[in-house]
Amino acid sequence: MALPQAKLDATEARLAALPVPDGAAWAKAAREDALARLRAMGLPGRRDEYWRFTNPADLILPEAPEAAVFISTDYGPLYDVIDRVKLVFVDGVFDAEASDDPVAAGLEISRLAEASATDIHWAKDLYGTLEARGQVPVQRPLAALNTATATDGVLIRATGKAEKPVSLVYLHRNTTSDATLHHVIRVEEGAELTVLENGPAAARFNKCMEVDVADGGAFHHIRAQGRDHERRAVTHMFARVGKESTYKSFTLTANGVLTRNEQFIEITGDNSVVHVAGAALGDGDFHHDDTVFITHDAVDCESRQVFKKVLRNGATGVFQGKILVKPGAQKTDGYQISQALLLDEDSQFLAKPELEIYADDVACSHGSTSGAIDETALFYLRARGIPKSLAQDLLTLAFVAEAIDEIEDDAIAAEIMSRLEGWLQRHR
Amino acid sequence: MLNIKNLHVSLEEEDKQILRGVDLEVHAGKVHAIMGPNGSGKSTLSYVLSGRDGYEVTEGSATLEGADILDMEPEERAAAGLFLAFQYPVEIPGVGNMTFLRTAVNAQRKARGEDEVSAADFLKQIRAKAKDLKIDADMLKRAVNVGFSGGEKKRNEILQMAMLEPKMCILDETDSGLDVDAMKLVADGVNALRDAGRGFLVITHYQRLLDHIKPDVVHIMADGKIVKTGGPELALEVENNGYADILAEVA
Repeated sequence: MALPQAKLDATEARLAALPVPDGAAWAKAAREDALARLRAMGLPGRRDEYWRFTNPADLILPEAPEAAVFISTDYGPLYDVIDRVKLVFVDGVFDAEASDDPVAAGLEISRLAEASATDIHWAKDLYGTLEARGQVPVQRPLAALNTATATDGVLIRATGKAEKPVSLVYLHRNTTSDATLHHVIRVEEGAELTVLENGPAAARFNKCMEVDVADGGAFHHIRAQGRDHERRAVTHMFARVGKESTYKSFTLTANGVLTRNEQFIEITGDNSVVHVAGAALGDGDFHHDDTVFITHDAVDCESRQVFKKVLRNGATGVFQGKILVKPGAQKTDGYQISQALLLDEDSQFLAKPELEIYADDVACSHGSTSGAIDETALFYLRARGIPKSLAQDLLTLAFVAEAIDEIEDDAIAAEIMSRLEGWLQRHR
Repeated sequence: MLNIKNLHVSLEEEDKQILRGVDLEVHAGKVHAIMGPNGSGKSTLSYVLSGRDGYEVTEGSATLEGADILDMEPEERAAAGLFLAFQYPVEIPGVGNMTFLRTAVNAQRKARGEDEVSAADFLKQIRAKAKDLKIDADMLKRAVNVGFSGGEKKRNEILQMAMLEPKMCILDETDSGLDVDAMKLVADGVNALRDAGRGFLVITHYQRLLDHIKPDVVHIMADGKIVKTGGPELALEVENNGYADILAEVA
């Protein structure tokens, strides 16, 4: 079916504003393939079913809408207490001076800009392939755009238990920056890796992360999307999870006029565990969309989706979550919960939970709720002398606790918790 | 201590009067009991005094050590020394019992201009007090009242009372849902807090709680008013003859 002219025009206009990166033959081929995928799909429009709850207009404009740089003075940088390999990107460009030496036991780290110029690199069989797999059954054109045009990013290979986490820090300095980053991660057999991400990144940010977890591997991902109010972001995580392995991802989002976080995860090996969680905090002009697609294509695997949103002053939260259980994926244990705490009547939560099951011996459950603060609980706390605002914070933290609990590392969880508490105190 | 004068209260949502002129004075060091049939307004009185939404005071006053409490927010009343042991303690998933109690103790201290209790001192205090009430470490760690039995919830109320050390304690049907052993445990907890500087108002249907918590004064409430006041013998009269005789007598 031919694409509507408007879609074609928008796609070409967007592409015209982007540089086409040069590179070695493999990188060139991967980018050309992605470009072909994109042209066949066209960029998303309001009428696309997958974008029913989120208007992609600002994400596909040729120029990034302006976003003021938010200077936070209330606390030091996130994760400073964590021993890590810090890699800094400023408006989507790697900043070697601000970064640590990308060296740690059990890790091989290279920069996409350099690796893509060399003929031989481990990532050459991965770059763009997981993204391409993620285009079926639902199209994700902004990810194809990313693969085709990204010039920077990191390629991380964990060959054993990584000595420390890799921390990707995204700074935003330019009010009209339009950043595209593409990371590729390979967790080899039996290896373990934690990747941290934080920061607003740019006025507009398109980020793609492909994660290949080999048998017996473990991948942990904890992300905090920055507090800049006007920033816009679309991010994709594409993962393939082998047997007896673990993939756990948590995202904290505070503020941002438009955020769409997609995860597409295929479980291809038996006895594996996939947890995807998120907490989003929005006050006012805030639109946050979690779109998750988990495919079970193996036996005896567990997947959890836990998403909590705290919304006030007209903020909007979206959740589209799907569990697909393929034929033969017996003993699947799938769980999905999405909940919104609406702190006033102007805020809204739009949820579309989906289960599609082709095996007969599975346990899958899903739930979605939205509600206000429990007045009875609030009174109980106040009757014990806890001031109303503090009581509300306690109940709000209790509400998001189930998502925070998904973070395994206590020190990292404490960092995330402190940001959450700080946000609540500033948004009473 | 607690001084209630001619208190008239209606429900906010519907035009229904519940309290029709309650007069009551509780002195420091004394235990007052309020008994009365269902619907007489006993629980409403406890809610209005603690500041729950949904009630409108149309006439009268209530003061705690001379301060008008009806004008205060619920947390201000608590900091002023008022404590309500709930008939139905509320379950709060996700908020740890210990966190809750420490936040409450420190919030009250802060409101009174006192220093916060150190984590170590708090832990020491709560462990000792929990032990007296047979509250184990697990109950302290769990979310507030979540998965607690009826008796555990009531013991948890008394633990809060013991930690917050209020001046004026109101116990709203604390005996409901308790077996004899649990009631004794709760009563022991309350008795341990009896003190010359502290007043108690014990709201109950039945005399049996008053066997364990011996009142100084007993009030009978009916149709939104205190209709009779007497000594502990009044509670026995209710136990033996029911409310009908007393109500007929005052009608």
